[in-house]
This record gives sequence, C-alpha cells and structure tokens, in this order.
Amino acid sequence: MKKVRTYYDLPAGTRSDIAGQLAAQVERLRRRLESVRHTFAVLSGKGGVGKSLVTANLAAALADRGFAVGVVDADLNGPSMAKLLGAGREPLEVVEDAVRPALGAAGVKVMSMDLLLEGEEAPVNWTGPLQESFIWRGTLEANALREFLSDTEWGELDYLILDLPPGTDRVIPVHGLLADLGGVVLVTLPSELSRFIVSKSLTMSRELGIPVIGYVENMSGYVCPNCERVGPLFESDGSSFELEKGVPQLAEIPFDPIFGRETESGRPGVLACPESRSARALQALADRVLTHFEGKSP
Amino acid sequence: MKFLCVECDAQMESFDKGAPGDGTLALMFRCPECHRQIAMLTNPQETQMVSSLCVHIGGRTTAEQPFEAVRTQLETGGESALKDVAAKEGDPAWTEDAEERLQRTPGFVRGMVRRLYCDWARDRGIDEVTLEVMDSAKADLGLEGGGM
Ligand SMILES: Nc1ncnc2c1ncn2[C@@H]1O[C@H](COP(=O)(O)OP(=O)(O)O)[C@@H](O)[C@H]1O
Ligand SMILES: [Mg+2]
Ligand SMILES: [Zn+2]
Repeated sequence: MKKVRTYYDLPAGTRSDIAGQLAAQVERLRRRLESVRHTFAVLSGKGGVGKSLVTANLAAALADRGFAVGVVDADLNGPSMAKLLGAGREPLEVVEDAVRPALGAAGVKVMSMDLLLEGEEAPVNWTGPLQESFIWRGTLEANALREFLSDTEWGELDYLILDLPPGTDRVIPVHGLLADLGGVVLVTLPSELSRFIVSKSLTMSRELGIPVIGYVENMSGYVCPNCERVGPLFESDGSSFELEKGVPQLAEIPFDPIFGRETESGRPGVLACPESRSARALQALADRVLTHFEGKSP
Repeated sequence: MKFLCVECDAQMESFDKGAPGDGTLALMFRCPECHRQIAMLTNPQETQMVSSLCVHIGGRTTAEQPFEAVRTQLETGGESALKDVAAKEGDPAWTEDAEERLQRTPGFVRGMVRRLYCDWARDRGIDEVTLEVMDSAKADLGLEGGGM
C-alpha cells in the first residue's frame, strides 16, 4: 500500500477540534456554577423510596429559611420536580446565553424536563429511530443534564440540589460533570432490600470520592390520618437500622398520606403542613444539611 | 474524519453539506489540486451517533446556543415551552417567504434556528434573510430537517 499521511500529519487548524469544542462545554459549565456555593445530590438506588419528595421538601425548607435554592431534575425520563414544587408551566424565557428557570414554592428555581415536554403524557423521545435509540440515549441524556446545569440562568445560589433518577450508577455522570459535587444524601426505606441497594450507591459514591452527607430513612412508620399515631409500616420496623458505621442517619420521615398528597399537588408538606411529624423530620434534615455545609448548627 | 487525495497527497476540502431530512447526511469533499469530488454518505445511525456528541463536524461556525442539544435533539419538546427573544439590535430583516419557511420549523427550536440564521447573516454583512440566504446558511451550518 502506498504510504499516506496520517490524521496527525494534517495541519491542526483544518481539523474539527472536537476536543476543543468539548473543553468549551466544560468551561461554560464551570463559569455558570461559579456563583453557586454548594451542590449536592439526592440518590437512592431504588425508585419509589421518596427521593423526589425529600428533594422537593428539603429545597423548600432551605428556601423558606432564606437561602437561594435551585433544583435540577436529573430524572429526565421521570421528571417530577416542577410538579412537586408547584412551578407553573409558563414558557421559559431564553435570554442571551441561558434559559430562565421556573419558580416554585418558596422561590426555588427549577429546571426539569417536565417544563420542556409538549404535554403531561409526552415521553422523552430523541431524534433518530426509536428502536435503536438505546445506543445513544445515554450520550443525549448526559448532554441534556450538562445543559440543564450550564445553560440555566441560576444566578447566585446557596444550594443547587440534584434529584437523581433511580439506579445505583446514576451518580457517575453527575460526578463526571461536577467534579466538586459537595455531597450526596442517600434515601432508603426501613427494608432489607432497599438498604441492600442503597449500600451499592454508598460504595459507588465513596469510590468516586464524593462526600456522603448521610442517609434519610423514609417511610419509617405510618402516621394514622385519624389519630396521628405512628405505627409500623414495614415488618422490620421498631429498631431503626444502621446503614453502615460512620454514615450518619440524618432523619427518619414517617409515611404521612396528607403530607404526601400536599406535596404531590405542588405544595411541599414542609410549608403546607408544617406541624406534621414528616415536616418536622424534614426540617431536622435541613438542619443537618446546613450543619454539614455551613459548619455550624443553625 | 478527513479525506486525503492519495494521488495528489492533498487534503480534500469540504465544500457542501446536505441533510435531506431523512436522517442521513451527505458531506461533499473536493481535492484542491486535481478537483476530484467525493461524497461521504452516512446512515441514520452514524448521523445520530455523531450528532449525539453535540459537536460540529468541521468545527463550529456559530456561538453555542443555550439548550442547543436538547432543542435540536428532543422530538417531544413543547411547541411553546420556550420563549425566545424575538429580535436583537442589528438583526437582519426577513422576507415574507423566508419567514414563512421558518414558521414550518417546530416551535421548540424555531427561536434558536432564527437566531442561528440571524447571526450567520449578520456575520457576513447580510441585512436581509431571503430563501437563498437560508439555503446557504443551512448548508454552511449543517442544519437538518425539512423545515429548517
Ligand atoms: N414520607 C412520605 N409520606 C407520604 N408519601 C410519601 C412519602 N415518601 C414518599 N411518598 C410518596 O411515595 C411516592 C414515591 O415517592 P417519590 O418521591 O416519587 O420516589 P422516588 O423519587 O424515589 O422514585 C410518591 O407518590 C410520594 O408522594
Ligand atoms: Mg423521583
Ligand atoms: Zn487530487
């Protein structure tokens, strides 16, 4: 075969400079987050354990205390943050180099796929043949999450909270984008299975070097709507378990149908029913998170 | 990806991009010495693979737009989910038929596509966007899809 020049023999200026374009994306993200004091993620491993309910209420509790709070709904395929925080569906304004976030309860800034889809039933479909989209879906989702972080007009924030989708690996792309992620809050149920899976998320976070703020035990007991007494919800109840030595338990949140219903209607329970046990547990969680980041008891 | 004319040991230059709107892409290259032309055709999978990286083959020609990847790749985006600033100072005017063609772009990306055309025209000192300007910009920017 005739000897030809290789790619690296060509003058650099004539190449597409893919590396340069990717570096520019990283730089854009870094600049946007310069005005954000702390970022952390809420994750579990399993779905349905109450990550989103915890995220929405924690965000509202912090905002209600006067902190500037933003929430990124990283659960692109099962978005819920706009709904739980009661953020309206008015068109989002696109300004010079950013998209303005929606405003939810207590002034929490929200960016979520919810706000972009054509309707409540619309799934997240990307261009290209649907049958084969599993091949590039991951890349597209990583791009979407990067844009939610870097192209939203967050302004000055004290806390930017990410609500992650279920899956013990979901913290990896977040860590890839936010090397200085301030920590993770793990959410689990008082059940063997949930604990088994959340410990995988714990190990994963540790391996990535992300600080583990602690874990929340959600649905620890059931609040009777009639007499407000707390009874066991899971059989293993009674003795609260320890996730692992050295991982602090941040709060125990009982299952409270009224609290859940309020939150699902866009009125986070911490604000709508502040006297409930669940609201007080979430306020305790906010205290612990503040102690972690601000270094002192509030 | 680059093409080298083995005969002339010269790097072929891209001179045209076409996106017929069926998910495929055609990139035209020409040898600057012997003027031989070739077309590189990609299937929808290859096209999608490249566009999912959200980088521009041949280098970027315009500034990155906010939510660019989501806006160009999300098929189920809401018609009125986003509200773009309609015009900026120094933006070119649009002829009626150019405006009409723009209106065929889905609402979810329309504002961004308008911005790309405006910036492209302004950078070249063009003060009116016509169908011909749209065609040139579209080929230069490698925009996809029938409406765009
Ligand atoms: N402590 C609680 N009290 C009442 N309802 C709850 C509680 N925790 C979660 N829920 C409800 O359980 C369901 C699943 O919670 P969600 O936050 O969506 O879980 P995840 O985000 O982990 O998938 C939701 O309907 C939510 O309102
Ligand atoms: Mg959720
Ligand atoms: Zn040649």
